[in-house]
Amino acid sequence: MEVSININGQQVSRDVEPRMLLVHFIRETPGLTGTHWGCDTSNCGACVVLMDGKPVKSCTTLAVMCEGHEIRTVESLEVDGRLDPIQQGFHEMHALQCGFCTPGMLMTTRALLDENPNPTEEEIRTAISGGICRCTGYKNIVAAVKWAAEHESAGVRQEV
Amino acid sequence: MQTPASFDYERATSVEGAIASLARLGPEARVIAGGHSLLPMMKLRLAQPEHLIDINDLEAELSYIRDEGGEIAIGALTRHVDLLKSELLAQHFPVFRDAEEVIADPVVRNRGTIGGSLCQADPAEDLSAVCTAVKAKAVIRGTDGQRVVPMDEFHVAPYMTAVNDGELLTEIRLPLFPGAGSAHEKVERRAGDWAIAAASAAVWVDRSTIHDVGIGLSAVGLTTVHLKRAEELLRGKPPSEELFQQAGQVASEDCSPMADGRGPVDYKRHLAGVLTKRALSRATARALKQEA
Repeated sequence: MEVSININGQQVSRDVEPRMLLVHFIRETPGLTGTHWGCDTSNCGACVVLMDGKPVKSCTTLAVMCEGHEIRTVESLEVDGRLDPIQQGFHEMHALQCGFCTPGMLMTTRALLDENPNPTEEEIRTAISGGICRCTGYKNIVAAVKWAAEHESAGVRQEV
Repeated sequence: MQTPASFDYERATSVEGAIASLARLGPEARVIAGGHSLLPMMKLRLAQPEHLIDINDLEAELSYIRDEGGEIAIGALTRHVDLLKSELLAQHFPVFRDAEEVIADPVVRNRGTIGGSLCQADPAEDLSAVCTAVKAKAVIRGTDGQRVVPMDEFHVAPYMTAVNDGELLTEIRLPLFPGAGSAHEKVERRAGDWAIAAASAAVWVDRSTIHDVGIGLSAVGLTTVHLKRAEELLRGKPPSEELFQQAGQVASEDCSPMADGRGPVDYKRHLAGVLTKRALSRATARALKQEA
């Protein structure tokens, strides 16, 4: 069936089987491979994208369910060559090694800061509890989110 | 790659329309809301519906938590995040907030719904125990009108409920009585996991005696365990730690856990007892406004 989804502000249309998962629609149709396809069981959080501003696991959402909704992926964070403060925070605080969980972590924590600009450490840890990192550990991710929260209030957006 | 088997998809535009579709399509149709129980089951081919009816557009009709005087009504499409954040629910039944803090993770809670959790009827699912403890009733609607079913009749077997083909769970009703306190206690292996065991308790205290009580256990039986014998033991008695200890002993005896990767039977029985005692203590402290 024909489905049309707003992804990062662009309307993307394609004839798909209803069983197609959102993660595959995003990766195949506009070719946005920043969203990672991980465990496929809604446990690891690598596939998290924003749906109407809220983080959701795109491996456990059907593409057809997203028509009429706004999807935002990791590719939308950088604007005109300037990193989002959350991306800059991950860079500054060394919050990734292999980077597989990173897109999900970035989108989850972007949504956290949109809702709560000054989260406590506990609030950050709760927010990312739906994501699994197997190499860096969570300490630097928490530090990166704190960095972003502190610098975002100052309006920092650094050039890539 | 895990992909569900093929199915036809339709989006309901009204509750009436969804029920009409369910009635027309019969046993091969399933409702999808958050999809966080159903889609994993479909990927594993444990569920293979031929038709999916998406009810996510029915939030205006099915997503609410409201005080209807004498009871709280919760729409079946109300998401876990909204149950967690509801001040109305926290005021009357804090057991919901206890449970929601430990159901899956915040991202899953943005999508999953109370109706989906109850209809999945997983024996380890938390809200079924919560609803059993607070004496909730399920409103099930079909083409011939609606019926109201207590939780004991709602859970029929593992993954089976009283919701028949052609019917939709539309609302959960929680009766309000004075002197209420409630709490949920869960032990899990890691954040977001299913319970090894969990206990939900609600008490209604009147002049220093337990006027009424409800206790439900998760993950220690074929369905949610309703601890009727422990409730009998408690009713009409003044609350005390000794009494809760006895109720915990009964809980250990009356549950029927199975050994699996989460632990052996004796450990789960032990947990059921300890968690029942803790849930009763905390529920009573809340009823008496003495919670630390």
